This record gives sequence, structure tokens and C-alpha cells, in this order.
Amino acid sequence: MFLFAAAAAPLLPDWVVSLVTIAFANGLVVLGLVVLWRAGLVSFGQALYYCIGAYAVALTARWTGFTDAFALVVIGGVAAGLVAVLIGFLLARYREIFFAMLSLALSMILYGVLVKTESLGSTDGFSVATPTFFGYAPHREALGLALYWLTLGVDAIGAVLIGVYFRSVAGALAAPIRDNEIRVEFLGVSVTSIIHTKVVVAGILGGLGGALAALAIGHVDPNMAYWTTSGGFVFVTILAGAGSVAAAFVGSLVFEGVRSFAFDVMPQLWQMTLGSVLLLTILFLPDGLGSVVARLKRRGEAKS
Amino acid sequence: MKRHCGGGAANRGLTPAVPPSNSSGFAVLTASAILTDGLVYAAYLFIVAIGLTLIFGVMKILNVAHGSFYAFGAYGAATAVGIYTNGDWPAAAGFLFMILMGMAVGLVLGIILERGILRLVYGKDEVIIVLVTYAVFLILEDVIVLIWGPQSYAAYQPMVSAGNTEIGELVLSNYDIVLVAIAALLAGLAYWALKFTRYGRLLTTVIFDRETAAAFGVNVTLVYTATFIIGAMLGALGGAVMAPKIAVTLGIGVEVIVLAFAVVAIGGMGSIEGALVGALIVGICRAAAVHLVPQIELFVIYGVMALVLVVRPYGLFVRAQPRKI
Repeated sequence: MFLFAAAAAPLLPDWVVSLVTIAFANGLVVLGLVVLWRAGLVSFGQALYYCIGAYAVALTARWTGFTDAFALVVIGGVAAGLVAVLIGFLLARYREIFFAMLSLALSMILYGVLVKTESLGSTDGFSVATPTFFGYAPHREALGLALYWLTLGVDAIGAVLIGVYFRSVAGALAAPIRDNEIRVEFLGVSVTSIIHTKVVVAGILGGLGGALAALAIGHVDPNMAYWTTSGGFVFVTILAGAGSVAAAFVGSLVFEGVRSFAFDVMPQLWQMTLGSVLLLTILFLPDGLGSVVARLKRRGEAKS
Repeated sequence: MKRHCGGGAANRGLTPAVPPSNSSGFAVLTASAILTDGLVYAAYLFIVAIGLTLIFGVMKILNVAHGSFYAFGAYGAATAVGIYTNGDWPAAAGFLFMILMGMAVGLVLGIILERGILRLVYGKDEVIIVLVTYAVFLILEDVIVLIWGPQSYAAYQPMVSAGNTEIGELVLSNYDIVLVAIAALLAGLAYWALKFTRYGRLLTTVIFDRETAAAFGVNVTLVYTATFIIGAMLGALGGAVMAPKIAVTLGIGVEVIVLAFAVVAIGGMGSIEGALVGALIVGICRAAAVHLVPQIELFVIYGVMALVLVVRPYGLFVRAQPRKI
């Protein structure tokens, strides 16, 4: 899928390329949420890592003048990952509603700090320096394409790694943890440390996504840490379902498409459109779009 | 030199006038300003949070749409204020009308939501229901725009007509005093209703263990519906009483939910005493932050919440539940 998207890039108009870039950057964050969702946990605070990744990129570029895109993305991921390791100790003790609310609170703390920090532009945020790629500094369309390919590349690597994780023992334990945690502990497995790992993985993915988004959008602001941003990611997770890795990216694409479309066609009512879509998805497609694909595949296999 | 009190959501960063030469006088003044501001803020938080904690306690639903109840209550109240100022009613009657209008809006909205949407998702996972309420919240935000338009409303008449009281060096708005009184009344009413009325005791049993209550013949569905409607009305009441103090505009629902969550998380979900204590803690901490270190105002609320959750994972008034297999 990624190869196809990468190849198609030069043929697509500019606005599609930038839309898809952002959708795929967000898709990475959603992938992190899918990792957690498989274990039955919903984090309403992924915006925390998204914002950390974004601000890490922006601040590194601003304070050190270092603008290599690859390095910046790695920095974003690492920064968010470190925070996730620390927070994970606290968060791994909770489940369900409290997990969601505590993660929400932590992301709002970051929001509060950023809003009150005048030197970082308060609610306006500030812009990100143009990235370079190993010394090569593209402009405009070429820049758009370069960022697009970078995003696809990072996404592909992430997707492959997470796919490996899902097929590993730790990944396979996610469903049992969701269903009945105590019995998993009877197996001798430490559920808390597995969940800690998942939080860190989701955090790193969130940070990478945020870093890519910062480069793609060219601007960071505290709103990236606001709970409605987290809500958007959760929305896509539900839309996509926890079925597969690809679902996260397809779902993100659909979401960005729907959002842009709703904004274009009925700008005052886009929230209502989003809300209705979410509601309908939960009511009629509780396993997300991924389940539709799986169902079609099974029907195809059954026929032959 | 008077210290003007009354920090509503729109009134941030009160700066003192020229401080008196007596420095301990200044400290006392600041302390009493913090206390009164904190009480007012706690009062409004309590009114909003009590509905949220009630709905969670009984139905185990974290109702994100509670912010919408608040917003609808505020807009309804603004409309009511418009009606009575144009009709030239006496101030007290107008105030009562505003409150009733807010609660009526809550009632209607609560019925629609509960019967219409929540009924469809009762059996599902808690987190899914939270997402459903989030979706409903998004929808309702735009419904507000459809009904009242994107402009903001000012409904300050009740606040202005109530006047001010001066206590020593402090200037308090009478409206704020009424607000605190309403919150105290509500707390007392809730306590009395839960302990001494039949419905209140039924509610307590359902909060404690839904299945056993149903096994004893309690009509749990009815209790659910009634609770949700009461919670909605309380949320709308919160919006209605706050309408004169704030700019009634888009986004007030969003702000208030996170604050209400923090209060409920600190106090413990489902606990009314918890909502009271949580509101007081958050209110006074915020007032202290606003007066002393304005930069950490937003941070302090969530910081306190995170701190409380580290020590008492389920809030101050809820015991940790044993894990069931």
C-alpha cells in the first residue's frame, strides 16, 4: 500500500499530497492508539506525545538551527518516548476510565504550561523552520513531495515494526489482557510491564507523528495538546478498528477526507458531521472499517 | 482601596490595587480574597460536577456531553435574560425565570439523549459509551450554532442588578453570594435526598451494586433515566447560574468539561461528598494560583488532579475496588 502511495505522489495535485502527508502523520499516532486499544485501553491523551514530538522538532530547529528532517523526526520520537517511559509508571496502574482520564489530565497539563509560556508564543505557537534532507534543501512542491515520502517512509518502518510486535507473544497477549487480566497474571506474565511497554510504544509513535506533522504543517501551537486533538485521534481509532496495522492509516485518511469535505461543504456544521459519523460507526460498525475489509476478504475466500 | 472579588471563568488575573503599607494587612487581604474567590469558583464547579458524578455513580457513564448541558443551560439562560429584560420584569422574578429556563432546557435535552441515544448503547463497554457521549457532545456543539447562531451573548443583567456588598476591604458581588448559597443549598438537598427519601436510597443501592439492586426488584431502567435527567438538569443549572458571569459563546462547554472531570476525579466518581470536596480543592487552588502565581493557573488544576490520583487512584472518597475475575 505504501509503495503504491509513494509512486502515485508525483501525479497527484499539491493539496492531495499535503492532505495525505498529514493524514499519514496522524495515522502513526492512531497506530499507537491501536496498540493500546487492542489491550482494551483508550488513551485520551495521545495529544501529549503528539505535541511533545512537534515542539521537540520546532524547538530543536529554533534553538540549534539544526534542520535535518530525519534527525528531527528521531528527536521528536525519542523525546516523546522518554516522557512516555516516565509517565508509563503511573499510567500502567490504571485501566479503563481512569486510564483515559489520567492521560487526559496529563495532556492538559502540558497544554496549560504551553499556553502560559510567553517565550514559546503562548496560544499562537510559532512556526517551524523548513527542513532539509541530509543537506538537500527542496522548495515548495519538491518540499511537499519530500515530506510526503519521508512520512511514508517513517510510516512504513513503523507499520512493519508494529506488525512484528503484533505477531509476537507480547502483542498476542493484548487480547487476553483486555478480556481477563488476572488470568494472564496467573500465567506468570507481568501485565503492568506489558502495558507500560504499550504506553511507551504508543508514546514513541505519537511523538514521531507529531514531529512529522510539525514539519508538514510548518507550525506548532499548544492546541496540539488540547483534549479535542486527542479526541480526534481516538475517533479515528474507532473508525478504523483494531483489526490491522493498515486500518490505522486508511482510517486516518478517511477521517482527514471527511473532515476536509465537511469543512468545505458545511463549515459551520463540521463538528456535527464528525460526531454523527462517530456515533453511526459505534452503533453499526463497532469494529471499525477494518472489520468491513476483513469481512469482504472472508467472503471472497469462502466463495473460492 | 478596595479589592474587587468575583473571578468567573472570564475574569482572570485579578491584580491588586496599591497595597497597603501594612504588609500583614496585605497578606490577610489576599488570603481572604483567595478564600472568597475560591468559594465562588468552587460553588459553580460543584453545581456542574454534581450532575456528572451522579450520572457516573449510577450508570457508570462518563458523560462528556455534560459540557453540552452546561452550554445549553447558559444559552437558555441568556435567552431568558433577554426575554425578561425586554419585558421589564422585577430582578428577582427574572432571576428565577432564568434558572427555571435553564433547568427546563436540561430536562428536555436529558430526556432526548437518554431515551434516544443512550438506550441503544447501554450494554456496551464503558469506554465505548464515553465515546458515544463524546460524539453526542460534538453534535450538540453544532446544534447550539444552529439554534443560537455563532455570536456570543451577554446576560449580565442579573449580576449587575444584584449589586455589591463590602466586607472590610473586600468588594463582593451579591450575585456571587447567591451562587455560593445555591451551591450550599444543593449540597444539603442532595445529602438529604440521598439519605432520607425513598428514591435517594434506591439510588444509593443502584450505585453500590446494580445487579443486586435489580435482583431485589428495583426498577433500574427507571432509576437510570431519572438519574440522567436529574444530572442533565443540574448541568444546565450550572450553566444557567454562570451565564450572567461569563460571555456566553461557543466553546464554554469544552472548557467546563475538563474542569468538571478534574473535580470528579479528585473527589471520586459517584461520590457527592467527593464532588463537594473536589470542587473546594480545585476552587481554592485556582483562586490561589490566580492571585499569587497567575502563570500556573491552568497547570495547577490538572497538577492537583494528577497528584491526588497518584495517592488515591480512585479519588478521595472512593475505596479501591477489588479486582473481580
